[in-house]
Amino acid sequence: MDHINTAHPYFGVFVLFVLTFGAFFMTTVIARLASRALAAKDTEKIKLSVYECGPEVTKQPNRISPQFYLFALLFLLFDVEIVFMFPWAVDFKLLGWFGFVEMLTFILLLAIGFIYAWKKGALEWHNIK
Amino acid sequence: MDTALLVETVIKIVVILLVFSALAGFGTYFERKVLAFMQRRLGPMNVGPYGLLQIAADGIKLFTKEDIIPAGVVPLIFKIAPVITAATAFMAAAAIPFLPSFTIFGYEVHPIVADINIGILYVMGMMAVGLYGPLLGGLASNNKYSLISTARAVAVFISYEVVSGLAILAPLMMVGSLSLLDINDYQAGGITHWIAFSQPVAFILFWIAAFAETGRTPFHLIANDHELIDGFGTEYSGMRWGLFFIGEYANMFFISFVMAIMFLGGYGDGSVAGAFALLGKVAFFFFFFLWTRAAWPDVRPDQLMWLTWKVLMPLAVINVVITGFVLMF
Repeated sequence: MDHINTAHPYFGVFVLFVLTFGAFFMTTVIARLASRALAAKDTEKIKLSVYECGPEVTKQPNRISPQFYLFALLFLLFDVEIVFMFPWAVDFKLLGWFGFVEMLTFILLLAIGFIYAWKKGALEWHNIK
Repeated sequence: MDTALLVETVIKIVVILLVFSALAGFGTYFERKVLAFMQRRLGPMNVGPYGLLQIAADGIKLFTKEDIIPAGVVPLIFKIAPVITAATAFMAAAAIPFLPSFTIFGYEVHPIVADINIGILYVMGMMAVGLYGPLLGGLASNNKYSLISTARAVAVFISYEVVSGLAILAPLMMVGSLSLLDINDYQAGGITHWIAFSQPVAFILFWIAAFAETGRTPFHLIANDHELIDGFGTEYSGMRWGLFFIGEYANMFFISFVMAIMFLGGYGDGSVAGAFALLGKVAFFFFFFLWTRAAWPDVRPDQLMWLTWKVLMPLAVINVVITGFVLMF
């Protein structure tokens, strides 16, 4: 299939953005109107409380394991790596040996950091205590 | 701005929205039927012939359910989170060619919303933005199950984002373009030209990552029913909850399209047979999602992290390096 020749290739993305958000926002609005007109209303206090065992809900400490933050840090490291690698991969044949050796050096540096993180135990799932 | 272009784009978008919203609804029906047949049950049978009107019944129920905003949630974020999930899932479809171009009433139609040169990168970026739906919805819900589910969703998604990103690097090095049209044309020569055969490791890695990115069963711990009720959707009800579902199923269809075009040759040379072949491949991938749900247990979060960081990610990097050496010599 040939490419479409247009001066504004991203125009479709913009229209899609407007239409999808508009359509799904309108869906929730319609659902709210329909439910107001049709559904039985019951604003008992307990019903609106948090879905939990037992009727009385206490304030929750809401702790998240710090392990998740470690993975987020690792993700930052490797996603930035991938951001650099995408343009390189597209122009791989154009860049030739020079680009390939550069990228190998880059991957090697990241591999050292990755091995360090592995040995430090950043990839193990720690107990929260 | 060209009026014809605007009209054409709007028509294409409306068709895509209607078709894939309906398919997302039917996806739940297919899923229940496939799971039922694999467990020697009948599945939904009562509403309509063979239960085909089940999605109409479900839709009526979702629309007319009482609109509940639980106590203690942040209302604005709670309300926009499902819209983000559904809308970003459909926005990812902009760069996917759903069919080869065809001529109707003497007018050539390209069934792609925006023929942008960063194609696959845009699709993956939009799918990554879809993460904000579960993230914001879970954080705004004031519920510990939602919060744990959100933390898991973010950790799983960003981990597998690394794997899928590295996995598609190797095919991109061979093709030399990010546009899904060029990737498809690269494989136009027939079954032996499919990237799945020259890049089997990348194909398998991307396939595994697709399960994690859509939150399907081996990695369904985002909304693991027996641990986390319904995950980030615990406090949701009615159509807001339904939008999460539409987003999930639409994502499954779109990632099936991406896999079929990137690795299994897409629509080939663009003939009618090629178009049907593409739809068949997408149907196979979608069926495989359901098949896996029937056949496999869920993994634990720590096993999931072990798999992605210690097995799949190094494999993907090694695959990229080996591909580079092979292409160079």
